[in-house]
Amino acid sequence: MSLRVLVGVKRVIDYAVKIRVKPDKSGVVVDGVKHSLNPFDEIAVEEAVRLKEQKLVQEIIAISCGPIQSQESIRTALAMGADRGIHVEIPPENPFTFQPLHVAKVLAKIVEKEKIDLVVLGKQAIDDDSNQTAQMTAALLKWPQGAFASKVQVEDGKLKILREIDGGLETVTVKLPAVISADLRLNEPRYATLPNIMKAKKKKIDKIPVNDLGIDLKARMQVLSIADPPERKGGGKVEDVDQLVGKLKEAGHL
Amino acid sequence: MLRPLLRQGCKWGQILKQGNNLVSGVGRRQMSALVIAEHNNETLNPITLNAVTAATQCDADVHVLVLGESGVSSVAEQAAAVSGVAKVLAAEDPAFQGFLPESLQPAIIAAQNGGNYGHILAGASSFGKSLLPRIAASLDVSAISDIIAVMGEDTFTRLIYAGNAVLTLKSLDPVKVITVRGTAFHAAPSSGGSASIESLDIPDCRSSTSEFVNQELIASDRPELAAAKIVVAGGRGLKDAENFSKIMEPLADKLGAAIGASRAAVDAGFCPNDMQIGQTGKIVAPELYIAVGISGAIQHLAGMKDSKTIVAINKDPEAPIFQVADYGLVADLFKAVPELVEKL
Repeated sequence: MSLRVLVGVKRVIDYAVKIRVKPDKSGVVVDGVKHSLNPFDEIAVEEAVRLKEQKLVQEIIAISCGPIQSQESIRTALAMGADRGIHVEIPPENPFTFQPLHVAKVLAKIVEKEKIDLVVLGKQAIDDDSNQTAQMTAALLKWPQGAFASKVQVEDGKLKILREIDGGLETVTVKLPAVISADLRLNEPRYATLPNIMKAKKKKIDKIPVNDLGIDLKARMQVLSIADPPERKGGGKVEDVDQLVGKLKEAGHL
Repeated sequence: MLRPLLRQGCKWGQILKQGNNLVSGVGRRQMSALVIAEHNNETLNPITLNAVTAATQCDADVHVLVLGESGVSSVAEQAAAVSGVAKVLAAEDPAFQGFLPESLQPAIIAAQNGGNYGHILAGASSFGKSLLPRIAASLDVSAISDIIAVMGEDTFTRLIYAGNAVLTLKSLDPVKVITVRGTAFHAAPSSGGSASIESLDIPDCRSSTSEFVNQELIASDRPELAAAKIVVAGGRGLKDAENFSKIMEPLADKLGAAIGASRAAVDAGFCPNDMQIGQTGKIVAPELYIAVGISGAIQHLAGMKDSKTIVAINKDPEAPIFQVADYGLVADLFKAVPELVEKL
């Protein structure tokens, strides 16, 4: 088997950063804030690289949609073992009006252009928390989907996917071509070594302006506000278990 | 003014409406809202009742679609009894085994073509999350994930950045495809309704590309995590799987609580994945949440900070969990939890 794999990578605010909402409620502060590759996408890249190491994959293309800085995420994927990159340039407007539906349309175009057999994405981006792009890409391509995968095996030319569902696990098989989305437990992503980071600098990243893809980019929603959630403050500490039990009784919980 | 409301256990919609004064009333049109029922071929999943409540806030006329390989007439009757439901559409077909999105999609599109719904909703469970974006893209509309409030027929709020910001958005699409955060909406009463039940004509729904193999559900006598009134959750501080069950189970038994876990506890193999609470796991909002040996990372707080009362037991007085806990106990959990069990 020699699959051609497309892996989607998104640059997001680092998972450990406590975000700040702008006072005018137009968005969150991103300037000067640490960004990194979306953690679920790291897992997606790792899975693609492992499939390549099993000689099931011929080429891995890492793709990112966004402003120029998105290339950092592509470089990370290249350093982890992806072969080349595609950067679909999006004007740096409000990132929330360029939605998963638009990304899915971009991915579907590139799938056709690059004759892709397997799309591997993270199950959700930790900024918009949408959890939509993989399912939408599968719908647009009319391909089967394996969302929230925690194990992927190739068997008889099909993918056998263990999925994380409410209450336990589920196994499905899907015929290729297919789209899968990675859950946290699919694998433990490797760290890019310095030699691999250096090598990644020589790998090619093609730049494609999004307008060249001929897809409908009209906004599907208007952001009315992005605000702080209602604040919750701790009620202080209790001295011992007796006091805790007393407080819980007082509050009617026991 | 928001905090007292939160304390009273108000749902998000009321909080946001009173806080922002955004909404004057919900417009009414000649369209209906369609709720995709989640069930296990026997009973309706409770999150469907929360989705019905959200649907009634979008549109007065709510229809429920029940698709399954078996038991559909019984589930349809349960749906028809739900207060606020005007009509139930049902179809039974072996093709729906395992509720694969690939096989449900043509049936849902058939329902949409027949009913011209303005809203299509489901609970934001793994079922709804896997299915609805696929439906949305096939209708060429955006999906709106995990809403916490309906502010108007086209205006919704949802959380972004692990619950650290509230996005209020106006959908510009003709059909709104929505998943609903169960804990943010009251459950519609499961009786009192008297909807008509109609069978839905469906095309051939067999998927030629995907196949359901099996499910391994973890059997438990405890209440379901997402719907439990009391949740006790354990973290890395429990040290290993043996301690996790030895410490957490007696506490849960005593309180009739569901057991949850932090990602650290799941990753370390203390308990199964489906017990994880947080941004990437389950979202809970029980009356009482007791966090044991959990530091309170942003991602964990995203899954539980709408709980009515939060108790934290942790030996580190600086742990972030104490910033949201109503009652914090700085103590060694291996001593404090057994003592708590004894005194309850």
